[in-house]
This record gives sequence, C-alpha cells and structure tokens, in this order.
Amino acid sequence: MVELPVDQALSEGRVPDRASEEVPELHEVDCPAELRERIEELMSRYPDRKSASIPALWAVQRLYGWCTPEGIRQAAAAMRVTPAYLESVASFYDLLHTEPVGAHKVAVCTNISCWMRGGDELLDAFRAAAGEDPDLFVTGFECLGACDIAPMASIDERYFGPLEGAEARTAIEQLRAGAEVLPEKALEKRPLPGGPDA
Amino acid sequence: MPETRLLLKNAEDPALRTLAGYRGYGGYASLEKAYKQMEAGELLKELEDSGLRGRGGAGFAMGKKASFLPRGEMDKYLCCNADESEPGAFKDRELMQRNPHQLIEGIAIAALAAGAGRAFIFIRGEYDSQADVLDAAVAEAYEAGYLGEDILGSRRDLELVVHRGAGAYICGEETALLDALEGKRGNPRLKPPFPAVQGLYGGPTLINNVETLSNVPHIVNNGAEWFRGFGTEQSPGTKVVSISGCVRRPGNYEVELGIPTRELVYDLAGGPLEGRELKAFYPGGSSSPVLTAEEGLDLPYSFEAMAEAGSMLGSGSVIVADDSVSIPHMALRTARFYHHESCGKCTPCREGTNWTVKMLERVVRGEATPMDLDIVASVQENIIGNCLCVLGDSMAMPVGAMVRKFRQEFEDVIAAAAESEAVAA
Repeated sequence: MVELPVDQALSEGRVPDRASEEVPELHEVDCPAELRERIEELMSRYPDRKSASIPALWAVQRLYGWCTPEGIRQAAAAMRVTPAYLESVASFYDLLHTEPVGAHKVAVCTNISCWMRGGDELLDAFRAAAGEDPDLFVTGFECLGACDIAPMASIDERYFGPLEGAEARTAIEQLRAGAEVLPEKALEKRPLPGGPDA
Repeated sequence: MPETRLLLKNAEDPALRTLAGYRGYGGYASLEKAYKQMEAGELLKELEDSGLRGRGGAGFAMGKKASFLPRGEMDKYLCCNADESEPGAFKDRELMQRNPHQLIEGIAIAALAAGAGRAFIFIRGEYDSQADVLDAAVAEAYEAGYLGEDILGSRRDLELVVHRGAGAYICGEETALLDALEGKRGNPRLKPPFPAVQGLYGGPTLINNVETLSNVPHIVNNGAEWFRGFGTEQSPGTKVVSISGCVRRPGNYEVELGIPTRELVYDLAGGPLEGRELKAFYPGGSSSPVLTAEEGLDLPYSFEAMAEAGSMLGSGSVIVADDSVSIPHMALRTARFYHHESCGKCTPCREGTNWTVKMLERVVRGEATPMDLDIVASVQENIIGNCLCVLGDSMAMPVGAMVRKFRQEFEDVIAAAAESEAVAA
C-alpha cells in the first residue's frame, strides 16, 4: 500500500498562483516544436480539443520524465487551457507524476491475488535492490491486471512475472546496465494456461 | 471438461494479431456481411435475440442497451470500455493482446447497429503494450478500409481512436470514463440521464466492454440461434474467466457459461496448491461477495446462479483463497483498494472506505472489540445504494460478506493480535 504524501497546502494554505489561472501564450512558454506538434495532432483526433488533456500530459511526461510545472504550462499553451486545469487532471491519475521520479519505473502489484502469492515480499526485494538510487522509482501499485503471473511487476511499462526476490535483484541490475530485462519472464511470451486449441 | 474457445480460438498464433493473420482465420467476414447486406435494425435485432449480456460487470443485455440510443442522424458515439482495473480481472488484456482485430470488428459492427460515427477504445494506461498492439491493428484496419470514410462502399463512416487512460480504477465506471475521455478528472455523473441518451460530448453513447464487443462478430457471422447454443437460457455464450490466487494454473480460460464452478477451479485451474484446501472465493472479481467452498463450488458458473447465491458473476474473475489465507487480512486488502480508488465525490464512499480501512487495521492489530465488527458491518450497509456509482458498494458487498460469513475468524484474529501485543509489552 502506497502512503500518499499529505499535501502541504492542506495544513498551511496556498496562495493561488495567478499565472496558473490564465491561459499562457505560446511565445511565453518556449514550447518545444515537437511537443506542440504532438499535442496539436492529438487534439485533432477529438471533436473537443480538451479530450486531449490526458494524452497531452502523457506527451509532457514522456518528454521530461514527469509532468513538470513548465511542461504543464507548455501543454496548456498548446491546448489553450489554463495550467491549473491540466494540473487538476494530472493530480487525479496515478500514472501521471507531478513530482520528479526516476528514469526507470517499477510498479509492484500488492493487490489481492499478488499479495496471496508474495507481492509484498517482492516489493521489499525491489526496494532493497534499488536502494536510494534516484534513477529508480520503485512503488507498490494497485491491481495491474495480471493476476495470472502473480506476483508481478510493471517495469518501464512492460509486465513481468511470476517473480521471485532474486529476480527483482537481477531486474534492477539489468536496468542499471541498460540490458534487456528478464526476457524469459515477459508476459508477452506466456502461452495460454490451457495450452493450444483442442 | 475442456475449454470452449470462441473468442480465444487460434489465440496461440501470434499472426492472429495482424490483419492478414486474422483474415486468414476468416476475420472481417462479419463486418463485410454487416456493412454490405444488413440494416441497423436487423443488426440490433440479432444482438437482442442472441441474449448477449455485458461482460464488464453488470451483465446487462447488450442488444437492449444499444436499442436505447435514439434513432436518426445525429452525433452518436460508441465507447469500448477497456479500463479493466478490477482486482482479479485480466481477460480483456488477453483478448486485446492476442486478438485486437476481433475487437475492432466488433466495434465497427456495434457502431453500425447503434448509428455511431465515432468510436473510442478507452484503455487503462498501465496496458501500454496492449495499447501499442491496438494502435497497430487500428492503423491496419484503416488501411484496409474497415474503418474511416465510406466503409466498403456503404456510405457509413467510422472514426476509431485508441485513448489511453492514466491510472484510475474509477474510469471503468461508464460515466467517469466519459468524463476522463472528455479530458477531465474521472468523476462519475448523476444518472439519469443515462449515456444512451446523453453521454460523450452530450450525445447518445453506447458503452460496452472489450469482451462483449469481441462476441459481436461471432453472433453476426453465425446468428443468434447459434450463439444461444452455448451457455444457459439466461446466460448465453461463453465467458473468458480469469482465475487467480491460490490455484496451480492461474490464467484465462474460456468456458460455456453454466459449467460447474468446481470444474473451472479444479479441472482447469488445477485447484489449490499441494496440501491446501479451498476456503473461499470471489466469483466475479474483488467487488463480488465471497462465497465459501461449501456455498459456491457446486453452483453453475452463470449470471443467474451467482445472483441467486447472493453474489455475482461480475466481470467473471475468480480469486481463490485457500486455508492459509487470513480472511480479515484479505478484507483489509480489498478495502484499501477501494479507499485508494474512491474519487471522493460522494461522502458515503469517500468516508465509508476510509473508516472501513481504519477499523480493519484495528482488527488485525488486535485493538478492535467484537462490537467494532458490528460497526464495520453497518458502515457497509450505509454505503450501498447511496452514491452516484457503485465503487463504494463494490467494497461494501465483499467486506460485508466476509464479516458476516467469517465472523469467528475476525474475532480470533483480534484476540490473537491482542495477545501477542500483550506478550510483546
């Protein structure tokens, strides 16, 4: 279970940031051309451009590693919405990070089926292997939809399982070395449990 | 008893993911039939006659749902709910990963039946690899003229966009899904109006689960009568069942609805691990009230039998707990999930999930009294039916059932934890 940080604003109050309540102009935010083009392409897919807010935030996160305040302003300018609006969206969703995170993301499922098969211990093993390395963002996560490979982890958005503690250490070493992670434990390589068609 | 594979047929062949591979197995014949030979009304009738029930959780008749959309030319939408996030469910992941074109074909036919000109697949953000598979398949389908303008010369258009979510269980609730798709925080809406009348961008919207839509090409190809040859009177067809937890061979198995639950758990998934016994199971994902081994194993696995037993088939996800699993700890795990995922809009859910977690934590720490168990139970009763959506109910039903059915175990856990606390002090 992830302990969510308490928002300081709840206890100390926060002076609203005027800048986040106004739609920034593109020339004010220095939006990289590739980000702007990507967001414009995304907006063109929907009848209402606001529908592109989650995809646009994904694009910001892909570019900067997390949803940086400046990245959010750039996306807001491209979408013609306020940064506050995009911030409200980003803070709602677990996969969008409004704080800096490591380049490599490891999410270990600790929900019912994984818990029954050692998900908590697997999370501990990943945490121990990663140590204080700022490049590695290890977190417990709610059900990832892969109870068939419990206990499992999503490593840089790909699923692996079932994993043992020793494999957590191997995976972390592979991430650090830039090598392919646990190829034999990739979900994609798993056959149907019932075998081929009868 | 072997599986009955309709949706997972040929799924072991990686070529099935490609347009050529899918067509090689007869794929897109249904779409051709629908767009070239059939009227929307005929399609709707076929879907209604088939008795296909929604595979996402509620089990509502798919054809009936589609028929609720107003007729006539207007902006109508179809949303495929691929936000599969219920603990225990992983069948949609398998279907999208192994057979994306089956889903696309189902969407195109359902859109024709409902008169929708735009469709979206809302897929949970964690399913990045599956979203890539869908993106590639959608591109192929556009290229082949199965999507886009004037499909196969029918003068019908369909735009299909794969939309990735960003991690929120609540977006599987259909009105929260619509808000998320409109670019907002995923909060459920007040109903009515139902999405069929006023949904995405205020237009009539049909929302169906991945597995439901994957059934559509088979029904159109073979007819409602054929489809009714599988399953039971009230639960026609097959079901891809996700089995996980304490079993030897966890995974997705496609079976005819109505087979004995025992066969599913023991014959297919291999039953509990060596030396263990099955204690209880969630028959339809973490939101379904748990059934004890005695209550549940001899029931047919169907919508009606599970409802009669006071539980539900839900998304068709069986989570098995054996005799090594502590039910109070399982209740706490379940409650924590819903507490984390509650969007916070309705007070009974926001506060009820929060207090349930706190009380269950006191139970496992040995700080609770048996009277607290009555309070836990009453909190659950006060959540059910009192919110805009059923997220709170989804915690209240299983937790309430666990406290009711395993009360003695809760009391024993309190006593044991209190004792070890006293010894430590």
